[in-house]
Amino acid sequence: MEASGVRIGVYVCHCGGNISNVVDVDKVREFAEKLPGVVVAKDHEHMCSEAAQKMIIEDVKKHNLNRIVIAACSPKFHEQTFMELLRETGLNPYCFEMANIREHCSWVHSNDPEGATKKAMDQVAAAVAKVRLNKPLEIREYPIGNRVLVIGGGIAGIQASLDLADSGCKVYLVERQPTIGGRMAQLSYTFPTDDCSLCILSPKMAAVYNHPNITLLTYSEVESVEGHVGNFKVTVNIKPRYVDPNKCVACGLCAEKCPVKVPDEFNYGLRTRKAIYVPHEMAVPYKYLIDAEHCLYLTKGVCRVCEKICPQHAINFEDKSKKMTITVDAIIVATGYDPFDPAVLEQYGYGKYANVIIAPQLERLVMPTGPTGGKVIRLSDGKIARRIAFIQCVGSRDKTINRPGCSRICCMYAVKQAMILKRQDITRDVYIFYIDLRAFGKGFEEYYMRAQEMGVQFIRGRVAELVEDPITKNIIVRAEDTLTGRMIEMEFDLVVLSVGLVPSAGTDELAKMLKIATGPDGFFLEAHPKYRPVDTLREGIFICGCAQGPKDIADTVAQASAAAGRALRLISQGRIVIEPIKAYVIEELCDGCGKCIDKCPLGAITIENKIARVNEAICNGCGSCIPYCPRNAIDLKHYTEEQLIEEIKALLASKEEGEVRVIAFFDDSCTYRAADLAGTSRLTYTSKVRVVRIPSSSRLTPRIILSAFKYGADGVFIGDCLPGGSPYHPRVLDVINDLIRKTRTLMRRYRIDARRLRFDTIAVDTAERLAKDLDELVVLVERLGPLKPEDRDRIKV
Amino acid sequence: MFKGLAQKVYELTNENVYLCHQCGTCSGSCPLVNLMDIPPNQVIRMIQLNMLDVLNAKTIWICASCYNCTVRCPREIDIARVINALRNIKMRKGEAVVDLRRVPQVGELPQLALVAASRKLMG
Repeated sequence: MEASGVRIGVYVCHCGGNISNVVDVDKVREFAEKLPGVVVAKDHEHMCSEAAQKMIIEDVKKHNLNRIVIAACSPKFHEQTFMELLRETGLNPYCFEMANIREHCSWVHSNDPEGATKKAMDQVAAAVAKVRLNKPLEIREYPIGNRVLVIGGGIAGIQASLDLADSGCKVYLVERQPTIGGRMAQLSYTFPTDDCSLCILSPKMAAVYNHPNITLLTYSEVESVEGHVGNFKVTVNIKPRYVDPNKCVACGLCAEKCPVKVPDEFNYGLRTRKAIYVPHEMAVPYKYLIDAEHCLYLTKGVCRVCEKICPQHAINFEDKSKKMTITVDAIIVATGYDPFDPAVLEQYGYGKYANVIIAPQLERLVMPTGPTGGKVIRLSDGKIARRIAFIQCVGSRDKTINRPGCSRICCMYAVKQAMILKRQDITRDVYIFYIDLRAFGKGFEEYYMRAQEMGVQFIRGRVAELVEDPITKNIIVRAEDTLTGRMIEMEFDLVVLSVGLVPSAGTDELAKMLKIATGPDGFFLEAHPKYRPVDTLREGIFICGCAQGPKDIADTVAQASAAAGRALRLISQGRIVIEPIKAYVIEELCDGCGKCIDKCPLGAITIENKIARVNEAICNGCGSCIPYCPRNAIDLKHYTEEQLIEEIKALLASKEEGEVRVIAFFDDSCTYRAADLAGTSRLTYTSKVRVVRIPSSSRLTPRIILSAFKYGADGVFIGDCLPGGSPYHPRVLDVINDLIRKTRTLMRRYRIDARRLRFDTIAVDTAERLAKDLDELVVLVERLGPLKPEDRDRIKV
Repeated sequence: MFKGLAQKVYELTNENVYLCHQCGTCSGSCPLVNLMDIPPNQVIRMIQLNMLDVLNAKTIWICASCYNCTVRCPREIDIARVINALRNIKMRKGEAVVDLRRVPQVGELPQLALVAASRKLMG
């Protein structure tokens, strides 16, 4: 399907000796001249120089060129320069290829000039073969507005909403609880400054409520999300409150008369509330609502006392849930955390022993407005607790319950709570049993020191078990003080479990709905741990706060502002640019079987009129769909199966009798860069390798790999990123492993030793490993010998 | 992979003692720790540091292999098995081998004790 009238110009660079001292540039140029489609081939001392660029521009005019191949350094250096040059000459920048004959050739085969020259010629032939089939591609654009959905109304969601709304964005803040404020509203004081939590939070809650740019949807949940950046269609389910918020003045008469008592979730069950209630005294909106699960009228059809007493006639038992559809341009996920439920750790007896509580419960107990008026009591008998122990790392740093990570905040909140207890009564015995005390933040170590000054006892040892005295209900703590090596058995009135943080309920469902990834810890996964900490792999969707992983309030606020900033960065550009290298469907071949739909980790594929359709605004070109299409009806632009096979043929055309050759597929993000690094570090490795550059190995198919064997390769190497290193979804690694397995099965069927196909995960900085892996494969292939012609003939592709 | 005692233990048990972060859960969980001269977490520490006198500790013989430590270890080290390996090392050197036939009044001991003792003392 070669476009007729292809006129290629090939330009070979000396790089001031960097290339020409090893590679015979004249030979390469002479070789290129004879390649089909090549009209002109030239060499130059420095192809990136202005003089050389001028020469190319003139050649394009003079020879009427429409394709350019540059054989020079790595495309990572000058690809953009040359693409810009093509634009200047009026050519499409995608009608261009680079052959890397410096990093992948002269610098790594300096000990083998002949091999290097041969490789350079093959790489040029491959670039010419590919460029012949390159199609002009367009970068598309569409407008983006400034509407943002924020999911979760804790401090993270509040901060992000305010930042965006203040910048003029239209914000929809969706919170599933009846009030915003989240977990921070349940805290007593905040470390390391001891501010009262609600005192610093409630002004922000009020600001959200009053902001003209924020539409606040409480007691609401996101039900479905369709579309893409710049055009997300979101359905929100608004649950019925049964109290008209426009009429309710929160006089509280209804709750006084309501006969139903329910454990109060805001106070972690430490007191009761009524079936008609406000979550707490600082709730926003400060409006009553009816808990439909417990209301007598709504469950049993009797009562209606609140309706009779309400002076505002605000009660409406006919209230129904409402659906609201909104269109937004970007989404920020701020769904926070849940405290770890320690009931699974039987040795601590939580839920069984009355005087074992979790730290969030203690937060409520120490509050003057809390269930006990600020008195810290034993739950067994209501007596003031005088001897209190904290147990750290409950639900953190524990592989036995699959929570190996640190929860980051427990050390400091335990220190805080210990000081609050000491301030209430300095004669109290307060012990903290810890493994390591991590006071890493600003002002944290000083805070820890203050607790030591106040006489809080720190025991370095993880508590092995708690035992309840059946008569006194005291709790006996068994642990080792690892610093003295002595065993400790101490009796306490109250034991507080410093529970870790787990992803909030519904995180998995939301991840599926938004098609964003979660990490091994269950929290939402960022696009890059260092450089893109609040981005997800889906453009236009951001994460912040404890939804991304455990963190304290200061870090949460910083991240929330970061997420708002990243969303604003998109919005302020006013337009979305769509890079053209995307999957596309060959409509004549597609029968609409839909196998590709689930394989796309971003959900970019839909079936319309029995034909798969790729949404280019979502697709990021990983190619995970391609190996699964039974009819070869889906392919990747600019790296089509045909192009790659032509490249492979060209790379192997010069192979001589008895020689061995290895085709190496390098993914563009990691392996290709690692190979560049091997060049800049002047490592040396075998010159029997020929390189094919691909965006991601998930784009390959068994057919491409088998073609390599058919057309003369004796070994195939595939390198791709480690999980986390790739710009693509972590699921592509599963696709690659699947692909390797399938291909090896086929290889066995063709009686080809499966070891001839090698796959390795390569990080950008592991050049030495890559060089070693390639050498090893060549040694193995040499030992096995070249594939026999009859073996190659047997392969059907 | 490792050196010295840690490597020997690794070969015998496939356990990596360097995973230990010295939280002391094993010792706190041990029913016999008060009879031991060195608590179990320090046994692990001594293996990490290749302190060979750990092989002369009473602890390794007092351990009843109840596996409480193993079950609770937050780094999932099989401590009971590691201690068993130390006993093996000792016995393979021909030290501390008990010939049951020479134990006086062997017939009067409860069967369970005999089984437990032979399992422990014979590796």
